[in-house]
Amino acid sequence: MIEIKDLHKSYKMGKNSLHVLKGINFSVKEGELVSIMGSSGSGKSTLLNILGMLDEADSGSYTLDGVPIKNLNEKLAAQYRNKFLGFIFQSFNLINYKSALDNVALPLYYQGVNRAERMERSMAYLEKVGLAKWASHKPNELSGGQKQRVAIARALASDPKVLLADELTGALDSKTSYEIMDLIQQINDEGRTILVVTHEEDIAQMTKRIVNLKDGVIIDDKYVNQVRAIQNV
Amino acid sequence: MFSLERWQEIFETISKNKLRTFLTGFSVGSGIFILVILLGVSVGFQNGIENQFQNDAENIINIYPGETSIEYEGFNEGRRIQLKNEDYALVTKSSSNEIEYSSSMYQIFAGLITYKSESGSYRVEGVMPDYQFLEKAEIIEGRFINTNDLDGNEKYVVIGNRVKKDLFKEGSPIGKQVKISGLNFKVIGVYTDPGGDREEGRVYVPLTTAQIVFGAGTDIRSIGLTLPKEDNYDLALKNSSAFAAKIEQLLKKKLQIAPKDESAIYINNNIENTKEVYILIGAMRVFFWGVGIATLLAGIIGVSNIMLIIVKERTKEIGIRKALGAEPLSIVGMILHESIFVTAISGLLGLIFGLVLLEVVGPYIELDFIRNPSVNFSIAVSTLILLIAAGAIAGFFPAWRGAKIKPIDALRDE
Repeated sequence: MIEIKDLHKSYKMGKNSLHVLKGINFSVKEGELVSIMGSSGSGKSTLLNILGMLDEADSGSYTLDGVPIKNLNEKLAAQYRNKFLGFIFQSFNLINYKSALDNVALPLYYQGVNRAERMERSMAYLEKVGLAKWASHKPNELSGGQKQRVAIARALASDPKVLLADELTGALDSKTSYEIMDLIQQINDEGRTILVVTHEEDIAQMTKRIVNLKDGVIIDDKYVNQVRAIQNV
Repeated sequence: MFSLERWQEIFETISKNKLRTFLTGFSVGSGIFILVILLGVSVGFQNGIENQFQNDAENIINIYPGETSIEYEGFNEGRRIQLKNEDYALVTKSSSNEIEYSSSMYQIFAGLITYKSESGSYRVEGVMPDYQFLEKAEIIEGRFINTNDLDGNEKYVVIGNRVKKDLFKEGSPIGKQVKISGLNFKVIGVYTDPGGDREEGRVYVPLTTAQIVFGAGTDIRSIGLTLPKEDNYDLALKNSSAFAAKIEQLLKKKLQIAPKDESAIYINNNIENTKEVYILIGAMRVFFWGVGIATLLAGIIGVSNIMLIIVKERTKEIGIRKALGAEPLSIVGMILHESIFVTAISGLLGLIFGLVLLEVVGPYIELDFIRNPSVNFSIAVSTLILLIAAGAIAGFFPAWRGAKIKPIDALRDE
């Protein structure tokens, strides 16, 4: 599903250049649930941004579902993001003047789906994350866990190939974190490919494979025995 | 741009950001409102000034006969010249497309006018319909003399406000019969004149009636006319001087007067006396345009500022939308669509509110220097369009920049 070869990325900070990714080789097969771990500054967020087409690599190749991701213009990048990827952020990034339902429907709006179908499909995803009753509520009327569920429903709405989650439990307490991870595991069980960036060991243990990043290189890449989140709730 | 889906999205955004929408709308609406009022007051000022300085039309040209001072073609000097209807016809026909208003006039200076037991001596003038505009007489009741009255030699009279006060005390004089030199005339109108009591102490009857009643045949005392107004004093002066010279030549030829005779025909060109008024009005116009343009500029800057702030405030939302697959153009389109919609609606409201206020309150304003403020509708509409365009252009650059922001920058936590 994801093929990365010899990926390099550096940022210019004034006169100095900061080499963040120093040759990443990495691939993910369909249906995997992978966590990318590393301390801050290890380059894990940069890697995720490149995977998410929110940022561009300096060199190296990236292929997503057989499509080479290279030299994309803004328009094409937007289309690919919409078609291939679902994002889940640490700070939820819901639009706060829109109801939960309308937030979930937003990716479908950009796919050109008509309103009636948008609402129907969004409602189905809200039901899936257990928030059907909260459809008309605005984000500021929801708890942190609920907001992240809405964000997950939104990420799923466009039926993407890969879900990319950036510290998705970073703003949540442990109990809520495990509930969210339980949801992520259920979605993965249905066959969806999911990448989770985290620095929390217990969260990483709930995935099937842990990739360890340090100073811009992968130092460790191993499959683990998945801990089911539901046991910890 | 016109898809229903987009409109739904815009309406949702607008209705869920009421304060922002209100503030944008309010600043645009009040800007246009102030501008309309300002333009209206400037017109009112102009009307007021014209009214203060001018008893008669400022560009009136009066033609009076005199006595010849040079013998010519067998006529002795000292011959009295008498103008007749045919002379009026000659003047007006020769330049019918240059003349704005024209009337010939026959008057007697002391006509005894009686209503019941009240009576007084007033100037009685036989005139044509256009005379109202030459004299700047304003009808306050009934109507002025019209062409039918002239054709039918009607015994109708339009009386000045002072005459009304003298003879009728109270109640409407319209339809009442008064005696002028012993004959019954029906009062059809009352006028007021910026010349005040002196000029309101006259009565107007149809010219044809006056000629019959006073046994004048086809004699007339004078001819008055105006040319269309020019904004530029020098041009107005040049046009009317040339016109006066042409008329003088024409009449001298017809009446067999020596071309160099200076006392046989007097042409009084009022515009020569109104240079100061023209200059004053010109200066005021420049002043109000200056103030208007400054106001408009302030409005444009205000709208641009609001657009900048809105885009800044929506940076994060733009980032989210981009991450979810919004194309840059759709972001720009969304912001512009929304801003144009809000500025257009609120601008229109401001415009309507201003126009209604001027329309309703305007006619009641009769201060010494402000009269009947009103505004040119097309100017008001074009300022509105200008403001909307300015808002759109001002919104475009920040929107474009917003669309160019990388989603990661927009989404980065502060």
